Amino acid sequence: MNLFDILGPVMVGPSSSHTAGAVKIGYIAALLLKDKPVHADIILHGSFATTGIGHGTDRALIAGLLMMKADDIRIPESFTIAEQEGLTFTFQDMTLKDAHPNTAVLKITSGSGETVEIEACSTGGGRILIHKLDGITVNFTADKPTLIVYNQDKPGPVAKVSSVLADKAVNIATMQLHRNKRGGYAVMVMETDHPIPQVSIEWLRQLEGVYNVTYINV
Amino acid sequence: MAYNSLQEISDICRNDNKEFWQVILEDDVSERNVTSSESMEKMEDTWKAMLLAAESYDGELKSKSGLAGGDGKKMNDYVSQHSDFSLCGEFIGKVITGALQMGESNACMKRIVAAPTAGACGVLPALLIPYYQTKSNDTSQILKALYVAAGIGQVIAGRAYISGASGGCQAEIGSASAMAAGALTFLQGGNSVQIIHAAAISMKNLLGLVCDPVAGLVEVPCIKRNVIGAMSALSAADMVMAGITSRIPPDQVMDAMKEIGDKMDSSLRETAKGGLAQTNAAREASDKLYR
Repeated sequence: MNLFDILGPVMVGPSSSHTAGAVKIGYIAALLLKDKPVHADIILHGSFATTGIGHGTDRALIAGLLMMKADDIRIPESFTIAEQEGLTFTFQDMTLKDAHPNTAVLKITSGSGETVEIEACSTGGGRILIHKLDGITVNFTADKPTLIVYNQDKPGPVAKVSSVLADKAVNIATMQLHRNKRGGYAVMVMETDHPIPQVSIEWLRQLEGVYNVTYINV
Repeated sequence: MAYNSLQEISDICRNDNKEFWQVILEDDVSERNVTSSESMEKMEDTWKAMLLAAESYDGELKSKSGLAGGDGKKMNDYVSQHSDFSLCGEFIGKVITGALQMGESNACMKRIVAAPTAGACGVLPALLIPYYQTKSNDTSQILKALYVAAGIGQVIAGRAYISGASGGCQAEIGSASAMAAGALTFLQGGNSVQIIHAAAISMKNLLGLVCDPVAGLVEVPCIKRNVIGAMSALSAADMVMAGITSRIPPDQVMDAMKEIGDKMDSSLRETAKGGLAQTNAAREASDKLYR
């Protein structure tokens, strides 16, 4: 742990896992959607479900979807702000199989009808792990610059993406590739040590066989 | 963090003629690839966030469960009106007040600085703020003390743990208390050996403390435990300044904390399935909240 994981984070209470981590889950989900979310269906599992109300987990997740960060003093009022900004939402408690005790599933929709579904857990100290994205297994924390490429499952895309990054001297820290089925669609997740230039991301979006590219750098 | 041992840091201080805070600052510089002034600026931001959090206490607020709120105001009124009569006197009265207020602010969803956790966020500021206000109005000394505290916390996080779910309250309030004891010892002019012995003594006082929060919330008994963490740190710092040492070496104390935490039943590690959390009063409070 680095020094400011011990003295920090600066956050709205009461719990780094149930409040600060929940804000981050909402925030990352909102970043994965291109436009502003207008509706969210949220499932809470485990300790998020049993002690979530007292910890403000529900308000924290909505605050994150409204692009608030963990130290935003408006978090307690997020439900009211959501109403003002036209974000509707539902919450449901559910037991998920083999999930971490602090897990949430967020299915969010933008005004244009685009949707994103993530399953993420809060691992302590405000850190999170996203382990499912649109039904496909992934594993990333969003602590580092993260590139997510949705592509057709066929030879080539991985080589193209990695050569683009090499071109810009971006070092890949971790790399994962998952697909729904052979020849179906695949999700590539790369965490990098350096930020990725916007021009590279735009270039990747033009590639044949690439459906969507998302880049997160918080 | 390059160090996994308090003794190792203390040895480096002696061999390289450095201060404890310097070793930790240099480690941060290399770990996060920043300059020392960038690191210091971030530490100053952290300190300012603590000060702001203390100022923004609101004695009228209640937590969502209704169990927490208002005690920090009561304590403040008592200390300001009866400091001659009170047993602890003015300085310690302010420490008690500060710890209660920060713990309550956290429970009421105000902005705080986790140190090392949100549940233990009251211990360090409860001590450092009154110290800064009444004994030494020197920000740079306080920042150095925060490096000392963070270094101790990093070693504990590496050797044992700092979360109640992993090792009980001893890992949260115990760690905060050890960190604060080292910071106070530095501020009082103690050397690196005294710093790590203060941390050890303070931690020893809290070994075995379980995490049994009512309704699983960071309220009861967490808020008042911040007071006790601060008291343990104060007394440990004075003991080492009097020349007293911990008979058990500091690293071994932290290892004992880990062993005790590993043996602690899961019902006593933040699950609200045992201890205070399963008293009749706690169950009633919990039923009321989740009905």
